[in-house]
Amino acid sequence: MVIDWLPSVLIVVLLALGVIGALRRVSLWRAGQPEKVNLIAGLLAMPGRYLKDLHHVVERDKYMSRTHVATGGGFVLSMVLVLIVHVFNVQQQIVAWALIGALLIMLTGAFFVFKRRLNPPERLSKGPWMRLPKSLIIYSLTFIVLTLPAAGILPDASGSVLMIAVLSVGIVIGLGELLFGMGWGGPMKHAFAGALHLAFHRRSERFGGGRSTGLKPVNLDGDVLGVAKPSDFKWNQLLGFDACVQCGKCQAMCPAFAAGQPLNPKKLIQDMVVGLAGGTDANYAGSPYPGKEVGNAKGGPNEIITAGLVSQETLWSCTTCRACVEECPMMIEHVDAIVDMRRFLTMEKGETPNKGSEVLENIIATDNPGGYAPGSRTNWAADQNLAVMKEKKETDVLFWVSDGAFDMRSQRILRAFVKLMKHANVDVAILGDEERDSGDVARRLGDDATFQSLAQRNLATLGQYKFKKIVTTDPHAYHCLRNEYADFDKEGALEGVEVLHHTTFLNQLVQSGALKLDAFKGGKVTYHDPCYLGRYNGEYEAPRELLRSLGIEIAEMERSGFRSRCCGGGGGAPITDIPGERRIADMRMEDASTTGAELVAVGCQQCTAMLEGVVEPRPVVKDISEILVDQLAEEVH
Amino acid sequence: MPHKVISLISVGRHPQSGRSRRADQDSRAVELGLKLAGTDLDVVHAGSSQEPVLRQYAGMGLPKVTVLEQDESADALVSIADYLKSEKADIVLTGVRAESGESSGMTPYILSEQLGWPIVARVADIVDIKEGEAQVLLALPRGQRRQVTVKLPFIASIDNAAEAARQSAFGPGLRAKMDSQKGSTVEDSVRVDWSEAPAKARPKRLKIVKAKTAADRFKAATAKPQGGSGKVMKNESAQEQAQAIFDLLIEEKVIR
Repeated sequence: MVIDWLPSVLIVVLLALGVIGALRRVSLWRAGQPEKVNLIAGLLAMPGRYLKDLHHVVERDKYMSRTHVATGGGFVLSMVLVLIVHVFNVQQQIVAWALIGALLIMLTGAFFVFKRRLNPPERLSKGPWMRLPKSLIIYSLTFIVLTLPAAGILPDASGSVLMIAVLSVGIVIGLGELLFGMGWGGPMKHAFAGALHLAFHRRSERFGGGRSTGLKPVNLDGDVLGVAKPSDFKWNQLLGFDACVQCGKCQAMCPAFAAGQPLNPKKLIQDMVVGLAGGTDANYAGSPYPGKEVGNAKGGPNEIITAGLVSQETLWSCTTCRACVEECPMMIEHVDAIVDMRRFLTMEKGETPNKGSEVLENIIATDNPGGYAPGSRTNWAADQNLAVMKEKKETDVLFWVSDGAFDMRSQRILRAFVKLMKHANVDVAILGDEERDSGDVARRLGDDATFQSLAQRNLATLGQYKFKKIVTTDPHAYHCLRNEYADFDKEGALEGVEVLHHTTFLNQLVQSGALKLDAFKGGKVTYHDPCYLGRYNGEYEAPRELLRSLGIEIAEMERSGFRSRCCGGGGGAPITDIPGERRIADMRMEDASTTGAELVAVGCQQCTAMLEGVVEPRPVVKDISEILVDQLAEEVH
Repeated sequence: MPHKVISLISVGRHPQSGRSRRADQDSRAVELGLKLAGTDLDVVHAGSSQEPVLRQYAGMGLPKVTVLEQDESADALVSIADYLKSEKADIVLTGVRAESGESSGMTPYILSEQLGWPIVARVADIVDIKEGEAQVLLALPRGQRRQVTVKLPFIASIDNAAEAARQSAFGPGLRAKMDSQKGSTVEDSVRVDWSEAPAKARPKRLKIVKAKTAADRFKAATAKPQGGSGKVMKNESAQEQAQAIFDLLIEEKVIR
């Protein structure tokens, strides 16, 4: 028949168009800044990263993981076999059968995608994504029918022109979505960009169960500090944005979104895609930034992002809690992008909102955000009889006090911790007035220059003394010391030093028997995971074990562990204070109240401040060290 | 016609840490200058162009800072006066009092004397400039303002009531040009003999709260200072005027 050749030609044409589109997409990413990535090693590692790391995240939703395995696996396998059977014309029945098998698997998967899309949750994007399951079904059905003759089930259908015509339409729709759409920005783009994103990820340490949470330093000699235009991102960051599947898991977890602040991590990533490709957000079919209409954002690779694409409040709403990053199945780095753009606003424009500029100025002039006299840093410990490194020079444990030293509520935590350490006869000392702000707030507010200066000066101080461990009650300082100072530690001041959060350290003391505690006799207790302890540093167990060692059975909140909801205190959010409909701390306290707990155990002075700021009646908020100190077993003399 | 505005800046000192910073009033003078002249504002410092604090000023969005290079021991006044004579400035803005150095608050006055220009002290805002005259708001205690009209050119010292300085951005500050010019070499002969020591806290008069009710306290905190008991002595002889001051000092127990 005349048009027998049509299906094979269509397949080849669509494949070629798809490749052209893909190359064009690659050129869009290449507009970004250079970043060294081992391309070959990345590509080799990619299948493993997909099967293990990515799937580990998708697996949290069993329905979706099975659906995706069937659909994605079926498609990849069937596509290879389609080429073999229908383009290279390999006439072996067994191959044809294999193809039909792969297509059936895919069809099953596509059916479940379809089912989910019948009544999709709010977090999912609609628009072209609603079309996708239908295209998938059409693709698999079309090729099943097309392959039947090769499998020897149907006689050669070459007789029917009508049949070929219908199948050709199916090929155009199905493969159009899958191959053409993949290259030209359709929903299937996620497969192509996602695979490369996994291969060339900027934080390859995250794969294989690792953790990489420290922000990357800014090159202060650069022409522009931070990210002004999409093309100021690293090329693999742009690639990462393109990998987004718009599943909205980030949106569902984002505390700022839930509070009605103008941030939606999914929309932000989609706006970045608009920026890198150029155009408007008119085609975006997901939830908007709360309080902002979709359709007004415009951008291009070389246009300033905050001049029309993303508003400044959106960037300042983020608490850097990393819930979105933790939840993202494509392992996109939202927080990196947000801080990159904040850096431009702070270091180039000088537009840190609300109290931001005052706090930064204080940090620069006094090394603490409150602008207190640096000489009064150790006043809190006047009655604590603590050794100071300047005199002691060498110690077992260096207690990093952090800026809680200036805050009377936090001082209660500090005193409790000191009492516990004394009780366990720990050889401890503090830096006293030589300590400076860790730089956490400055860095999250985008002032990397000030962060770097603080880090270098703190490291110079630390380098003068000998100690085995640094312990701190502040997870933010803990994160900086443990994950972010290494970039500046040229003299190796922290080399071989164990950086610990006080809950980890106290847990070691309790488990080794150095601290004896009585059982806790209060009411129900719940535990709030601080973001910078949990998601940033993976410490979920020590605080819980401590509470259990008091005989407490923790009434876990629905969102706990790696899914813990932020208190609203991170990332300088209380300083920039972007208005929303609710307060994040109120929502978190509601989580705690729902468990029926009378006491919220916390491991962070910032969380303590935020949660205690919630109006009563509410559970009591106490740092774990405060709870422990009340249960110290009396020594019998 | 745009007016030529010059803001004079000095190295400030943070009250808590004693660390160098952009001086509060001087940075307000820059802020006001930027409002009047935009980036045409000429910002002038007498000292070293290596001074890092100048970058903090420049971070407010100044493309360049004019530095009259001079030793620390040289008299800044001479450098600045020479510079102002050579530039045809319309308005010169300074702080009321420097946060470091002699901190006498005399700079604007001596400059105005040397240039023969009027000075307006403690300015909160310059509202309008037209036909060679500027409408200036002076800051008075308790948020009060007085509007005066001044002929250009003039010198204004900027009060803490003026608009606060904008945030300093690191990047532009780093990249701003330091336009070095030769400053004076005349030694500040007065200051050379001085030695600096931390100030002792001045004794304060005890505040006796007379108010019995909250309403009274509120009134005391908000009411305008009522002169009343003072008197103006214009026509009396010098002898009588001196006697009146002497009596007051005894009455106030300043001298015994």
